[in-house]
Amino acid sequence: MFAYWNAKFDFIGEEDMIAEEVARVVEKHADRRGALISVLEDIQQKYGYLSRGALEAVALKSRRSLVDIYSVATFYRAFSLSPRGRHLVSACVGTACHVRGAPGVVEELKRRLGINPGATTTDREFTLETVNCLGACALGPIVVVDGRYNPNVGVAKVEPIIAKAIRGSEADDALHDERIFPLNVQCPRCGHSLLDEAHLVDGQASIRLRGNADGQSGWINLSRLYGSVHSVTDTLFPNDSITSFRCPNCDHDLAGPVHCNDCDAPMVPLGITGGGIVQFCSRRGCPSHTLDLDSGRSGATAAFNAPERGSAS
Amino acid sequence: MITLKINGLNVTVEEGTTVLEAAKFLGFPIPTLCHMEGLSPYGACRLCVVEIGESPKSRLVSSCTYPAEAGLIVRTSSARVVKARKMVIELLLATCPQSKVIQDLASEHGVRQQRFRQEHEDCILCGLCLRMCSEQMMAHAIGFRGRGEHRSLGTPFDAKSEVCRLCGGCIYVCPACQLRCTYNQPEKAICGGCGNLEPPCVDKPQFDDMMCYMTPCVACEIKKD
Ligand code: SF4
Ligand code: SF4
Ligand code: SF4
Ligand code: FES
Ligand code: FES
Repeated sequence: MFAYWNAKFDFIGEEDMIAEEVARVVEKHADRRGALISVLEDIQQKYGYLSRGALEAVALKSRRSLVDIYSVATFYRAFSLSPRGRHLVSACVGTACHVRGAPGVVEELKRRLGINPGATTTDREFTLETVNCLGACALGPIVVVDGRYNPNVGVAKVEPIIAKAIRGSEADDALHDERIFPLNVQCPRCGHSLLDEAHLVDGQASIRLRGNADGQSGWINLSRLYGSVHSVTDTLFPNDSITSFRCPNCDHDLAGPVHCNDCDAPMVPLGITGGGIVQFCSRRGCPSHTLDLDSGRSGATAAFNAPERGSAS
Repeated sequence: MITLKINGLNVTVEEGTTVLEAAKFLGFPIPTLCHMEGLSPYGACRLCVVEIGESPKSRLVSSCTYPAEAGLIVRTSSARVVKARKMVIELLLATCPQSKVIQDLASEHGVRQQRFRQEHEDCILCGLCLRMCSEQMMAHAIGFRGRGEHRSLGTPFDAKSEVCRLCGGCIYVCPACQLRCTYNQPEKAICGGCGNLEPPCVDKPQFDDMMCYMTPCVACEIKKD
Protein backbone atom coordinates (compact mmCIF):
# COMPACT_ATOMS: atom_id res chain seq x y z
CA MET A 1 0.00 0.00 0.00
CA PHE A 2 1.40 3.35 -0.93
CA ALA A 3 0.86 5.91 1.69
CA TYR A 4 0.31 8.77 -0.74
CA TRP A 5 -2.87 7.17 -1.96
CA ASN A 6 -4.56 7.89 1.27
CA ALA A 7 -2.54 10.84 2.45
CA LYS A 8 -4.93 13.49 3.67
CA PHE A 9 -5.00 17.05 2.48
CA ASP A 10 -7.12 19.71 4.07
CA PHE A 11 -8.93 21.41 1.25
CA ILE A 12 -11.10 24.33 2.09
CA GLY A 13 -12.96 26.76 -0.09
CA GLU A 14 -10.84 27.49 -3.12
CA GLU A 15 -8.86 24.35 -2.59
CA ASP A 16 -12.03 22.31 -2.91
CA MET A 17 -12.56 23.94 -6.26
CA ILE A 18 -8.99 23.20 -7.26
CA ALA A 19 -9.44 19.58 -6.26
CA GLU A 20 -12.59 19.34 -8.36
CA GLU A 21 -10.97 21.00 -11.33
CA VAL A 22 -7.92 18.78 -11.02
CA ALA A 23 -10.13 15.71 -10.86
CA ARG A 24 -11.83 16.83 -14.06
CA VAL A 25 -8.51 17.46 -15.85
CA VAL A 26 -7.00 14.17 -14.71
CA GLU A 27 -10.16 12.38 -15.83
CA LYS A 28 -9.95 14.05 -19.22
CA HIS A 29 -6.46 12.71 -19.84
CA ALA A 30 -6.99 9.42 -18.04
CA ASP A 31 -6.87 7.26 -21.14
CA ARG A 32 -3.45 8.47 -22.20
CA ARG A 33 -0.22 7.20 -20.81
CA GLY A 34 2.29 9.87 -20.00
CA ALA A 35 -0.42 12.49 -19.87
CA LEU A 36 1.11 14.18 -16.85
CA ILE A 37 2.45 17.11 -18.84
CA SER A 38 -0.94 17.70 -20.47
CA VAL A 39 -2.57 17.61 -17.06
CA LEU A 40 -0.12 20.14 -15.65
CA GLU A 41 -0.47 22.32 -18.75
CA ASP A 42 -4.24 22.41 -18.37
CA ILE A 43 -3.99 23.34 -14.71
CA GLN A 44 -1.40 26.00 -15.40
CA GLN A 45 -3.61 27.37 -18.17
CA LYS A 46 -6.55 27.55 -15.81
CA TYR A 47 -4.87 29.04 -12.74
CA GLY A 48 -1.79 30.66 -14.24
CA TYR A 49 0.48 28.60 -12.04
CA LEU A 50 0.76 25.27 -10.26
CA SER A 51 -0.07 25.67 -6.62
CA ARG A 52 1.03 23.21 -4.01
CA GLY A 53 -2.57 22.22 -3.42
CA ALA A 54 -3.06 21.55 -7.12
CA LEU A 55 0.06 19.38 -7.37
CA GLU A 56 -0.98 17.42 -4.29
CA ALA A 57 -4.42 16.96 -5.78
CA VAL A 58 -2.88 15.70 -9.04
CA ALA A 59 -0.85 13.18 -7.05
CA LEU A 60 -3.94 12.03 -5.24
CA LYS A 61 -6.14 11.79 -8.31
CA SER A 62 -3.66 10.30 -10.75
CA ARG A 63 -2.17 7.92 -8.20
CA ARG A 64 1.30 9.05 -8.96
CA SER A 65 3.79 10.02 -6.34
CA LEU A 66 4.11 13.69 -5.58
CA VAL A 67 7.89 13.40 -6.03
CA ASP A 68 7.55 12.56 -9.73
CA ILE A 69 4.99 15.28 -10.34
CA TYR A 70 7.13 17.83 -8.56
CA SER A 71 10.16 16.73 -10.61
CA VAL A 72 8.32 17.33 -13.86
CA ALA A 73 6.76 20.59 -12.69
CA THR A 74 10.13 22.03 -11.67
CA PHE A 75 11.94 20.69 -14.76
CA TYR A 76 10.10 22.61 -17.46
CA ARG A 77 10.37 26.37 -17.76
CA ALA A 78 6.79 26.48 -19.01
CA PHE A 79 5.50 25.59 -15.56
CA SER A 80 5.49 28.09 -12.76
CA LEU A 81 5.07 27.16 -9.13
CA SER A 82 4.35 30.68 -8.01
CA PRO A 83 1.49 32.90 -9.17
CA ARG A 84 2.17 34.79 -12.36
CA GLY A 85 1.14 38.29 -13.29
CA ARG A 86 -1.65 39.24 -15.68
CA HIS A 87 0.91 40.14 -18.33
CA LEU A 88 3.83 37.90 -19.16
CA VAL A 89 6.89 39.72 -20.48
CA SER A 90 9.54 37.44 -21.97
CA ALA A 91 12.79 39.06 -23.03
CA CYS A 92 15.02 37.00 -25.29
CA VAL A 93 18.62 36.81 -24.12
CA GLY A 94 19.72 34.26 -26.71
CA THR A 95 23.04 34.75 -28.49
CA ALA A 96 21.72 36.84 -31.38
CA CYS A 97 19.57 39.04 -29.17
CA HIS A 98 22.42 39.33 -26.70
CA VAL A 99 24.80 40.81 -29.27
CA ARG A 100 22.04 43.09 -30.50
CA GLY A 101 21.64 44.60 -27.07
CA ALA A 102 19.28 42.37 -25.08
CA PRO A 103 21.16 42.90 -21.78
CA GLY A 104 20.37 46.62 -21.88
CA VAL A 105 16.72 45.86 -22.66
CA VAL A 106 16.51 43.45 -19.75
CA GLU A 107 18.06 46.07 -17.46
CA GLU A 108 15.48 48.60 -18.61
CA LEU A 109 12.62 46.11 -18.12
CA LYS A 110 13.93 45.37 -14.64
CA ARG A 111 14.10 49.06 -13.86
CA ARG A 112 10.65 49.90 -15.26
CA LEU A 113 8.89 46.97 -13.67
CA GLY A 114 10.98 46.96 -10.51
CA ILE A 115 11.45 43.19 -10.56
CA ASN A 116 14.12 40.71 -11.50
CA PRO A 117 13.60 38.09 -14.21
CA GLY A 118 11.51 35.25 -12.82
CA ALA A 119 9.63 37.53 -10.44
CA THR A 120 6.13 39.00 -10.46
CA THR A 121 5.23 42.56 -9.47
CA THR A 122 3.45 42.88 -6.15
CA ASP A 123 0.26 44.08 -7.84
CA ARG A 124 0.30 40.82 -9.85
CA GLU A 125 0.26 42.77 -13.11
CA PHE A 126 3.58 41.75 -14.67
CA THR A 127 5.80 38.69 -14.67
CA LEU A 128 9.21 39.16 -16.21
CA GLU A 129 11.19 36.26 -17.58
CA THR A 130 14.16 35.77 -19.83
CA VAL A 131 14.21 33.12 -22.53
CA ASN A 132 16.99 31.75 -24.69
CA CYS A 133 16.10 32.32 -28.32
CA LEU A 134 12.60 32.54 -29.70
CA GLY A 135 13.62 31.63 -33.22
CA ALA A 136 13.33 35.16 -34.56
CA CYS A 137 16.99 36.10 -34.21
CA ALA A 138 17.08 38.38 -37.27
CA LEU A 139 14.48 40.61 -35.60
CA GLY A 140 16.21 40.77 -32.23
CA PRO A 141 16.25 41.90 -29.57
CA ILE A 142 12.82 40.36 -29.14
CA VAL A 143 10.47 41.04 -26.25
CA VAL A 144 7.27 39.01 -26.18
CA VAL A 145 4.39 40.50 -24.25
CA ASP A 146 1.34 38.29 -23.75
CA GLY A 147 2.23 36.26 -26.81
CA ARG A 148 2.88 39.25 -29.07
CA TYR A 149 6.35 39.62 -30.54
CA ASN A 150 7.96 43.03 -30.40
CA PRO A 151 10.95 43.10 -32.75
CA ASN A 152 14.08 45.29 -32.66
CA VAL A 153 13.47 46.43 -29.12
CA GLY A 154 15.87 49.05 -27.90
CA VAL A 155 15.97 50.60 -24.44
CA ALA A 156 13.74 53.43 -25.63
CA LYS A 157 11.02 51.04 -26.81
CA VAL A 158 10.63 49.39 -23.43
CA GLU A 159 8.42 52.05 -21.91
CA PRO A 160 5.87 52.10 -24.81
CA ILE A 161 5.75 48.31 -24.81
CA ILE A 162 4.85 48.22 -21.14
CA ALA A 163 2.33 51.04 -21.60
CA LYS A 164 0.76 49.13 -24.45
CA ALA A 165 0.44 46.00 -22.35
CA ILE A 166 -1.33 47.99 -19.66
CA ARG A 167 -3.76 49.49 -22.22
CA GLY A 168 -4.39 46.08 -23.70
CA SER A 169 -2.62 45.36 -26.94
CA GLU A 170 -5.67 43.95 -28.77
CA ALA A 171 -7.69 47.12 -28.77
CA ASP A 172 -4.62 49.08 -29.68
CA ASP A 173 -3.74 46.98 -32.68
CA ALA A 174 -7.23 47.04 -34.09
CA LEU A 175 -7.22 50.82 -34.03
CA HIS A 176 -3.79 51.25 -35.54
CA ASP A 177 -3.63 48.47 -38.07
CA GLU A 178 -4.65 49.89 -41.45
CA ARG A 179 -5.77 46.50 -42.71
CA ILE A 180 -8.42 46.33 -40.05
CA PHE A 181 -11.59 48.42 -40.33
CA PRO A 182 -15.20 47.91 -39.32
CA LEU A 183 -17.91 46.85 -41.81
CA ASN A 184 -21.63 47.50 -41.77
CA VAL A 185 -23.18 44.24 -42.92
CA GLN A 186 -26.71 43.17 -43.76
CA CYS A 187 -28.45 39.96 -44.75
CA PRO A 188 -28.07 39.50 -48.52
CA ARG A 189 -31.60 38.14 -48.67
CA CYS A 190 -33.83 40.36 -46.54
CA GLY A 191 -31.48 43.33 -46.24
CA HIS A 192 -31.86 43.48 -42.46
CA SER A 193 -28.80 44.78 -40.61
CA LEU A 194 -26.87 42.00 -38.89
CA LEU A 195 -25.13 44.25 -36.40
CA ASP A 196 -25.72 43.47 -32.75
CA GLU A 197 -24.96 46.31 -30.33
CA ALA A 198 -25.60 44.12 -27.30
CA HIS A 199 -22.68 41.77 -27.88
CA LEU A 200 -19.29 43.33 -28.37
CA VAL A 201 -16.46 41.57 -30.18
CA ASP A 202 -13.12 43.40 -30.49
CA GLY A 203 -14.81 46.21 -28.57
CA GLN A 204 -17.33 46.82 -31.35
CA ALA A 205 -20.87 45.81 -32.15
CA SER A 206 -20.70 42.32 -33.67
CA ILE A 207 -22.26 40.42 -36.57
CA ARG A 208 -24.86 38.13 -35.04
CA LEU A 209 -25.85 34.96 -36.87
CA ARG A 210 -27.56 31.71 -36.05
CA GLY A 211 -25.24 28.77 -36.51
CA ASN A 212 -25.87 25.08 -36.94
CA ALA A 213 -23.20 22.40 -37.05
CA ASP A 214 -23.03 18.75 -36.13
CA GLY A 215 -26.60 18.80 -34.86
CA GLN A 216 -25.90 21.67 -32.47
CA SER A 217 -27.25 25.13 -32.96
CA GLY A 218 -26.55 28.41 -31.25
CA TRP A 219 -25.59 32.04 -31.62
CA ILE A 220 -22.33 33.10 -33.21
CA ASN A 221 -21.09 36.64 -32.98
CA LEU A 222 -18.39 37.51 -35.49
CA SER A 223 -16.11 40.49 -35.31
CA ARG A 224 -17.19 43.23 -37.70
CA LEU A 225 -13.57 44.28 -38.10
CA TYR A 226 -12.42 43.22 -41.52
CA GLY A 227 -9.29 41.09 -41.04
CA SER A 228 -10.11 40.06 -37.47
CA VAL A 229 -10.88 36.37 -36.93
CA HIS A 230 -12.34 36.84 -33.46
CA SER A 231 -15.76 35.48 -32.68
CA VAL A 232 -17.88 34.61 -29.68
CA THR A 233 -20.37 31.77 -29.53
CA ASP A 234 -22.59 30.22 -26.91
CA THR A 235 -22.20 26.74 -28.36
CA LEU A 236 -19.06 24.62 -28.63
CA PHE A 237 -18.89 23.93 -32.34
CA PRO A 238 -16.06 21.51 -32.96
CA ASN A 239 -13.06 22.87 -34.85
CA ASP A 240 -13.11 22.06 -38.56
CA SER A 241 -16.86 21.50 -38.60
CA ILE A 242 -18.78 23.27 -41.38
CA THR A 243 -21.38 25.58 -39.90
CA SER A 244 -24.54 26.54 -41.71
CA PHE A 245 -25.38 30.15 -40.95
CA ARG A 246 -28.84 31.67 -40.89
CA CYS A 247 -30.02 35.24 -40.78
CA PRO A 248 -31.66 35.92 -37.41
CA ASN A 249 -34.35 37.99 -39.13
CA CYS A 250 -35.48 35.95 -42.18
CA ASP A 251 -33.95 32.60 -41.14
CA HIS A 252 -32.62 32.11 -44.66
CA ASP A 253 -29.65 29.75 -45.04
CA LEU A 254 -26.78 32.04 -45.97
CA ALA A 255 -24.42 29.51 -47.63
CA GLY A 256 -23.42 30.82 -51.06
CA PRO A 257 -22.41 29.15 -54.32
CA VAL A 258 -18.68 29.93 -53.98
CA HIS A 259 -16.38 27.44 -52.25
CA CYS A 260 -13.37 28.24 -50.13
CA ASN A 261 -10.02 28.24 -51.94
CA ASP A 262 -8.28 26.69 -48.98
CA CYS A 263 -10.64 24.05 -47.69
CA ASP A 264 -13.49 23.83 -50.20
CA ALA A 265 -16.23 24.51 -47.65
CA PRO A 266 -19.03 26.82 -48.87
CA MET A 267 -18.31 30.51 -48.45
CA VAL A 268 -20.93 32.64 -46.71
CA PRO A 269 -21.64 35.97 -48.44
CA LEU A 270 -22.94 38.96 -46.47
CA GLY A 271 -24.01 42.22 -47.99
CA ILE A 272 -22.22 45.43 -47.14
CA THR A 273 -24.51 48.39 -46.57
CA GLY A 274 -24.04 50.69 -49.53
CA GLY A 275 -22.73 48.00 -51.89
CA GLY A 276 -20.26 45.15 -51.99
CA ILE A 277 -20.03 41.65 -50.57
CA VAL A 278 -17.83 40.20 -47.86
CA GLN A 279 -17.49 36.42 -47.84
CA PHE A 280 -16.06 34.18 -45.16
CA CYS A 281 -15.45 30.46 -45.02
CA SER A 282 -18.05 28.42 -43.13
CA ARG A 283 -15.49 25.96 -41.73
CA ARG A 284 -14.72 26.68 -38.13
CA GLY A 285 -11.06 27.54 -37.76
CA CYS A 286 -10.50 28.39 -41.45
CA PRO A 287 -9.49 32.07 -41.63
CA SER A 288 -10.25 32.45 -45.33
CA HIS A 289 -12.34 35.51 -46.27
CA THR A 290 -12.72 37.82 -49.25
CA LEU A 291 -14.02 41.30 -49.83
CA ASP A 292 -15.69 42.35 -53.09
CA LEU A 293 -16.41 46.00 -53.57
CA ASP A 294 -18.41 46.82 -56.59
CA SER A 295 -15.76 49.22 -57.85
CA GLY A 296 -17.97 50.43 -60.72
CA ARG A 297 -20.21 52.15 -58.20
CA SER A 298 -18.81 55.30 -56.81
CA GLY A 299 -20.72 55.01 -53.60
CA ALA A 300 -19.10 51.73 -52.67
CA THR A 301 -16.28 53.09 -50.57
CA ALA A 302 -18.77 55.03 -48.53
CA ALA A 303 -19.88 51.70 -47.15
CA PHE A 304 -16.95 51.75 -44.80
CA ASN A 305 -16.65 53.72 -41.70
CA ALA A 306 -13.37 55.53 -41.89
CA PRO A 307 -10.95 53.80 -39.53
CA GLU A 308 -10.77 55.71 -36.29
CA ARG A 309 -7.16 56.46 -35.62
CA GLY A 310 -5.18 58.11 -32.92
CA SER A 311 -8.01 58.00 -30.45
CA ALA A 312 -6.14 55.62 -28.15
CA SER A 313 -3.86 58.23 -26.62
CA MET B 1 23.22 -16.41 -25.10
CA ILE B 2 25.53 -13.82 -26.63
CA THR B 3 29.28 -13.93 -27.07
CA LEU B 4 31.32 -10.75 -26.89
CA LYS B 5 35.00 -10.00 -26.54
CA ILE B 6 36.30 -8.10 -23.54
CA ASN B 7 39.98 -7.15 -23.49
CA GLY B 8 40.62 -9.92 -26.01
CA LEU B 9 38.79 -12.66 -24.09
CA ASN B 10 35.56 -14.18 -25.33
CA VAL B 11 32.76 -14.33 -22.81
CA THR B 12 29.28 -15.76 -23.26
CA VAL B 13 26.51 -14.15 -21.28
CA GLU B 14 22.75 -14.16 -21.21
CA GLU B 15 20.86 -11.64 -23.27
CA GLY B 16 20.12 -8.49 -21.29
CA THR B 17 23.38 -8.62 -19.35
CA THR B 18 25.20 -5.30 -19.23
CA VAL B 19 28.79 -4.90 -20.36
CA LEU B 20 29.67 -4.09 -16.76
CA GLU B 21 28.27 -7.39 -15.51
CA ALA B 22 30.03 -9.31 -18.28
CA ALA B 23 33.36 -7.68 -17.41
CA LYS B 24 32.81 -8.41 -13.71
CA PHE B 25 32.16 -12.03 -14.64
CA LEU B 26 35.58 -12.20 -16.30
CA GLY B 27 37.15 -10.42 -13.39
CA PHE B 28 38.03 -7.15 -15.09
CA PRO B 29 37.58 -4.34 -12.61
CA ILE B 30 35.55 -1.33 -13.72
CA PRO B 31 35.12 1.42 -11.15
CA THR B 32 31.54 2.51 -10.54
CA LEU B 33 29.88 5.16 -8.46
CA CYS B 34 26.23 5.53 -9.34
CA HIS B 35 25.76 1.81 -9.93
CA MET B 36 24.53 -0.47 -7.19
CA GLU B 37 23.30 -4.00 -7.38
CA GLY B 38 19.59 -4.14 -6.69
CA LEU B 39 18.97 -0.69 -8.10
CA SER B 40 18.19 0.05 -11.73
CA PRO B 41 21.16 1.23 -13.84
CA TYR B 42 21.21 4.98 -14.18
CA GLY B 43 24.37 6.03 -15.99
CA ALA B 44 24.89 9.35 -14.24
CA CYS B 45 28.52 9.38 -13.13
CA ARG B 46 30.24 8.07 -16.30
CA LEU B 47 32.97 6.54 -14.16
CA CYS B 48 32.37 3.12 -15.65
CA VAL B 49 33.28 4.18 -19.20
CA VAL B 50 34.64 1.51 -21.54
CA GLU B 51 35.67 1.69 -25.16
CA ILE B 52 33.62 -0.34 -27.63
CA GLY B 53 34.27 -1.12 -31.27
CA GLU B 54 37.54 -0.78 -33.11
CA SER B 55 39.41 2.40 -33.85
CA PRO B 56 39.01 4.70 -35.60
CA LYS B 57 35.28 4.13 -35.04
CA SER B 58 35.49 3.11 -31.40
CA ARG B 59 33.56 5.09 -28.84
CA LEU B 60 33.14 5.47 -25.11
CA VAL B 61 29.98 4.24 -23.42
CA SER B 62 28.94 3.75 -19.81
CA SER B 63 29.24 0.02 -19.21
CA CYS B 64 26.61 -0.06 -16.45
CA THR B 65 23.87 0.86 -18.92
CA TYR B 66 25.21 -0.65 -22.15
CA PRO B 67 23.69 -4.05 -22.96
CA ALA B 68 26.01 -6.79 -24.18
CA GLU B 69 25.74 -7.36 -27.94
CA ALA B 70 26.92 -10.35 -29.97
CA GLY B 71 30.40 -9.75 -31.36
CA LEU B 72 30.92 -6.54 -29.37
CA ILE B 73 34.57 -5.67 -28.80
CA VAL B 74 35.16 -4.02 -25.44
CA ARG B 75 38.27 -2.57 -23.84
CA THR B 76 38.00 -1.71 -20.18
CA SER B 77 41.32 0.04 -19.61
CA SER B 78 42.61 1.43 -22.87
CA ALA B 79 44.54 4.69 -22.78
CA ARG B 80 41.42 6.53 -23.89
CA VAL B 81 39.31 4.95 -21.15
CA VAL B 82 41.87 5.72 -18.46
CA LYS B 83 42.10 9.34 -19.59
CA ALA B 84 38.31 9.76 -19.57
CA ARG B 85 38.01 8.11 -16.19
CA LYS B 86 40.61 10.40 -14.66
CA MET B 87 38.76 13.37 -16.05
CA VAL B 88 35.54 12.16 -14.48
CA ILE B 89 37.28 11.79 -11.15
CA GLU B 90 38.73 15.27 -11.43
CA LEU B 91 35.27 16.63 -12.07
CA LEU B 92 33.86 14.72 -9.12
CA LEU B 93 36.65 16.08 -6.93
CA ALA B 94 35.86 19.58 -8.13
CA THR B 95 32.22 19.08 -7.15
CA CYS B 96 32.37 17.27 -3.85
CA PRO B 97 35.90 16.92 -2.45
CA GLN B 98 34.65 16.08 1.02
CA SER B 99 33.28 12.71 -0.08
CA LYS B 100 35.32 9.83 1.24
CA VAL B 101 34.15 7.68 -1.67
CA ILE B 102 35.42 10.16 -4.22
CA GLN B 103 38.68 10.66 -2.36
CA ASP B 104 39.27 6.91 -2.37
CA LEU B 105 38.53 6.75 -6.10
CA ALA B 106 40.99 9.56 -6.74
CA SER B 107 43.74 7.88 -4.79
CA GLU B 108 43.09 4.52 -6.45
CA HIS B 109 43.45 6.09 -9.87
CA GLY B 110 46.37 8.29 -9.05
CA VAL B 111 44.49 11.56 -9.39
CA ARG B 112 46.24 14.06 -7.12
CA GLN B 113 44.73 17.33 -8.15
CA GLN B 114 41.97 18.72 -10.25
CA ARG B 115 42.07 21.62 -12.68
CA PHE B 116 38.63 23.14 -12.19
CA ARG B 117 37.07 25.69 -9.90
CA GLN B 118 36.72 24.09 -6.50
CA GLU B 119 33.19 23.74 -5.13
CA HIS B 120 31.81 22.00 -2.11
CA GLU B 121 28.51 20.58 -3.22
CA ASP B 122 26.47 18.38 -0.90
CA CYS B 123 25.35 16.17 -3.74
CA ILE B 124 26.79 14.83 -6.98
CA LEU B 125 23.34 14.03 -8.39
CA CYS B 126 24.14 10.35 -8.74
CA GLY B 127 20.52 9.44 -8.03
CA LEU B 128 21.43 6.53 -5.75
CA CYS B 129 19.34 7.78 -2.86
CA LEU B 130 16.15 8.25 -4.84
CA ARG B 131 16.48 4.84 -6.48
CA MET B 132 17.09 3.33 -3.06
CA CYS B 133 14.07 5.13 -1.69
CA SER B 134 11.69 4.18 -4.49
CA GLU B 135 13.00 0.79 -5.59
CA GLN B 136 14.04 -0.82 -2.33
CA MET B 137 12.15 1.11 0.33
CA MET B 138 9.05 1.63 -1.83
CA ALA B 139 8.66 5.03 -0.24
CA HIS B 140 9.14 7.44 -3.15
CA ALA B 141 9.80 10.24 -0.73
CA ILE B 142 12.63 12.04 -2.52
CA GLY B 143 13.45 12.89 -6.11
CA PHE B 144 15.16 15.32 -8.42
CA ARG B 145 13.87 18.87 -8.59
CA GLY B 146 14.62 21.55 -11.17
CA ARG B 147 17.18 21.16 -13.89
CA GLY B 148 20.55 22.33 -15.07
CA GLU B 149 22.53 24.07 -12.41
CA HIS B 150 19.42 24.28 -10.25
CA ARG B 151 18.96 20.53 -10.15
CA SER B 152 18.78 19.28 -6.63
CA LEU B 153 17.61 16.36 -4.61
CA GLY B 154 15.04 16.35 -1.89
CA THR B 155 11.40 16.20 -1.01
CA PRO B 156 8.72 18.12 -2.93
CA PHE B 157 8.54 21.73 -1.70
CA ASP B 158 11.35 20.85 0.74
CA ALA B 159 8.57 19.89 3.12
CA LYS B 160 8.76 17.16 5.71
CA SER B 161 7.77 14.06 3.83
CA GLU B 162 4.60 12.24 4.77
CA VAL B 163 5.81 9.07 3.12
CA CYS B 164 9.42 8.85 4.29
CA ARG B 165 9.89 5.73 6.37
CA LEU B 166 12.86 7.12 8.27
CA CYS B 167 14.80 4.08 7.15
CA GLY B 168 18.08 5.88 6.51
CA GLY B 169 18.53 4.02 3.23
CA CYS B 170 19.23 7.23 1.35
CA ILE B 171 22.02 8.21 3.70
CA TYR B 172 23.45 4.72 3.62
CA VAL B 173 23.99 4.77 -0.15
CA CYS B 174 24.97 8.39 -0.59
CA PRO B 175 28.59 8.77 -1.71
CA ALA B 176 28.58 12.35 -0.52
CA CYS B 177 27.76 11.50 3.06
CA GLN B 178 28.31 7.79 3.46
CA LEU B 179 30.94 8.33 6.06
CA ARG B 180 28.92 10.64 8.14
CA CYS B 181 30.61 13.69 9.26
CA THR B 182 30.44 14.05 13.03
CA TYR B 183 30.62 17.80 13.03
CA ASN B 184 27.21 17.94 14.62
CA GLN B 185 28.51 16.28 17.74
CA PRO B 186 30.47 19.09 19.37
CA GLU B 187 32.72 16.83 21.36
CA LYS B 188 33.90 15.27 18.13
CA ALA B 189 34.29 18.44 16.08
CA ILE B 190 37.00 18.29 13.41
CA CYS B 191 37.19 14.57 13.50
CA GLY B 192 39.29 14.16 10.37
CA GLY B 193 36.96 11.46 9.15
CA CYS B 194 36.77 12.93 5.69
CA GLY B 195 40.55 13.03 5.41
CA ASN B 196 40.56 16.64 4.22
CA LEU B 197 43.55 18.84 4.94
CA GLU B 198 41.06 21.68 5.14
CA PRO B 199 37.93 20.04 6.49
CA PRO B 200 34.86 21.65 4.92
CA CYS B 201 33.08 21.59 8.27
CA VAL B 202 35.20 24.50 9.42
CA ASP B 203 33.51 27.09 7.24
CA LYS B 204 30.22 25.43 6.42
CA PRO B 205 27.84 25.68 9.34
CA GLN B 206 25.00 23.86 7.64
CA PHE B 207 27.28 20.96 6.95
CA ASP B 208 25.83 19.13 9.93
CA ASP B 209 22.86 17.41 8.39
CA MET B 210 23.72 17.73 4.75
CA MET B 211 21.93 15.17 2.68
CA CYS B 212 19.47 14.09 5.29
CA TYR B 213 15.77 14.17 4.49
CA MET B 214 14.59 12.84 7.78
CA THR B 215 13.30 14.99 10.59
CA PRO B 216 14.39 14.09 13.15
CA CYS B 217 17.23 12.18 11.60
CA VAL B 218 17.54 8.68 12.92
CA ALA B 219 21.24 8.62 12.24
CA CYS B 220 22.41 11.77 13.93
CA GLU B 221 19.23 12.80 15.78
CA ILE B 222 19.35 16.39 14.69
CA LYS B 223 16.03 18.15 14.71
CA LYS B 224 15.52 20.58 11.88
CA ASP B 225 13.36 23.57 12.56
S1 SF4 C 1 14.93 7.61 4.96
FE1 SF4 C 1 13.10 8.33 3.89
S2 SF4 C 1 13.89 9.40 2.12
FE2 SF4 C 1 15.57 8.10 2.87
S3 SF4 C 1 15.38 6.16 1.74
FE3 SF4 C 1 14.25 5.91 3.63
S4 SF4 C 1 12.16 6.46 3.07
FE4 SF4 C 1 13.47 7.28 1.46
S1 SF4 D 1 22.11 12.91 -2.17
FE1 SF4 D 1 23.84 11.49 -2.29
S2 SF4 D 1 22.97 9.61 -3.13
FE2 SF4 D 1 21.50 11.24 -3.51
S3 SF4 D 1 22.01 11.95 -5.57
FE3 SF4 D 1 23.11 13.26 -4.13
S4 SF4 D 1 25.12 12.31 -3.93
FE4 SF4 D 1 23.77 10.79 -4.85
S1 SF4 E 1 33.43 16.83 10.85
FE1 SF4 E 1 34.77 17.94 9.50
S2 SF4 E 1 36.64 16.72 9.45
FE2 SF4 E 1 35.00 15.38 10.24
S3 SF4 E 1 34.20 14.34 8.46
FE3 SF4 E 1 32.93 16.16 8.76
S4 SF4 E 1 33.91 17.69 7.48
FE4 SF4 E 1 35.43 16.06 7.70
S1 FES F 1 18.44 34.91 -29.93
FE1 FES F 1 16.61 36.03 -29.52
S2 FES F 1 15.27 35.15 -30.95
FE2 FES F 1 17.08 33.95 -31.28
S1 FES G 1 28.42 3.55 -12.68
FE1 FES G 1 27.99 3.58 -14.77
S2 FES G 1 27.56 5.71 -15.08
FE2 FES G 1 27.84 5.61 -12.95
